[in-house]
Amino acid sequence: MRLKNWKELETGVVILEPGNSVLYRTGTWRTFRPTIDMEKCTHCMFCWLYCPDGSILVKDSKVIGIDYEHCKGCGICAYECPKKAITMIEEAEARKEEAK
Amino acid sequence: MAEVIVRKAELKALEGDRAVTEAMRQINPDVVAAYPVTPQTEIVMEFSQFVAEGLVDTEFIPVESEFAAMSSCIGASSAGARAMSATCGPGLELMWENLWVASGLRCPIVMAVVNRSHAAPLNILTDQTDMMGSRDTGWVQIYAENHQEVYDNFIQAVRIAEHPDVLLPIMSGHAGFVLGHTLGRVEVLPDEVVRNFVGEYKPLYSLLDIDHPKTFGAYDHWDYFFEHRRQVFEAINNALRVIPEIGQEYGRISGRYYGLVEPYRLDDADAVIMIIGSGAGACREAVDEMREKGTKAGMLKVRCFRPFPAEEVVKALKDKKAVAVMDRCACFGAEGSPLFTETCAAFFNRGLRMKLINYFYGLGGRDTVPSEFCDILRELSQIAETGEIKPPLVRYLAVRE
Repeated sequence: MRLKNWKELETGVVILEPGNSVLYRTGTWRTFRPTIDMEKCTHCMFCWLYCPDGSILVKDSKVIGIDYEHCKGCGICAYECPKKAITMIEEAEARKEEAK
Repeated sequence: MAEVIVRKAELKALEGDRAVTEAMRQINPDVVAAYPVTPQTEIVMEFSQFVAEGLVDTEFIPVESEFAAMSSCIGASSAGARAMSATCGPGLELMWENLWVASGLRCPIVMAVVNRSHAAPLNILTDQTDMMGSRDTGWVQIYAENHQEVYDNFIQAVRIAEHPDVLLPIMSGHAGFVLGHTLGRVEVLPDEVVRNFVGEYKPLYSLLDIDHPKTFGAYDHWDYFFEHRRQVFEAINNALRVIPEIGQEYGRISGRYYGLVEPYRLDDADAVIMIIGSGAGACREAVDEMREKGTKAGMLKVRCFRPFPAEEVVKALKDKKAVAVMDRCACFGAEGSPLFTETCAAFFNRGLRMKLINYFYGLGGRDTVPSEFCDILRELSQIAETGEIKPPLVRYLAVRE
């Protein structure tokens, strides 16, 4: 993506498009990646409630996964999960696995 | 045109601080957030009285500190309000972090700074260390010599700050006590003339525009931070063009025209004193006295220090044989005082070599009297004759050695 130069930017650090934080991929900050064992998950929504980044994906009142574009890997979901259904694994290891 | 209005102007005896509140009352800003601090207290005291009496429509926020004052002004300005404050010395220090926020978010806040020294030693009297210390914060800075200028500068400050090519906060400085607490002659323009001159503030964006929500004050990484800074470099330099334009327009309603610098008996002068603020009054007297004695003395008063009017300074002084640059501020460990180093840089960058000496003077409210300026002018005449400067280059005026 070509970044805007100083003449193209809005004056005063204003961003005209609201809801723009979704464009910022904070998932790249992650060192540990939460993974959900769907067999243990009871869809209690604790992870959804506690996630500071709104990165727990939910559909029809069911947890369906994690938004890895924005999850920073803080691990709060894994800590709070009453069924221990969420495990934090090393991001680098996870990527190696994915690459195979 | 100007003649007619000048005749309509009301002549008042006002303290410098009251000259600010009189201008504020006429401007009738949306929000004023300020915390009382000597010698600025009269501004907060009297303006809150105006609010209580219903003389203005202003929302006055009696904040718990100067940090809160500047925070409130930034919030109000981002919301689209014309916001103002007033402070001095330690109050300005407490605002420090927010001074950068105000300029970075391009909030055209207008603030009166009643120049006061910084502690320690504790001292409530005047010097310009407060404003000079904040000279690189992205605020436009103008200084008044006398009571009339306190009033005139504050009104023009609104237009300078809100100019679309500038859109930056501005400090309008005047000397504490020396101007702030003494009575002076002020021609006060009719209310409607001032209100027409400042007009209605039309913000570029408003936080309260809920039909078009926007993000304000977002975080910048290394990818955008520098570009936003670059905008401020550009905007403050635009003020070099805007300040004289507004000064001319103000002249048409008042009969008093303003620029970036003001020469006094400078045309054929050899020995020149360069000075900012109220000290120019005594300096003028000294120039007159030395002229009577046959010395080709002159003065260059610098009204605007930020942005630094390098072109105007060089143009005014390049043919002069000897110049003393005077600064009423403490600035430790530098090559010289702020006005001196910038003046040196302006000449150097244009390939010019000048006979310049530097004086720190009047710190902590110490008076500088015409006879002391006369001594400096005499020394400058000698330098002009011989072309030789006796060291040191940087001096401390009237300090007991």
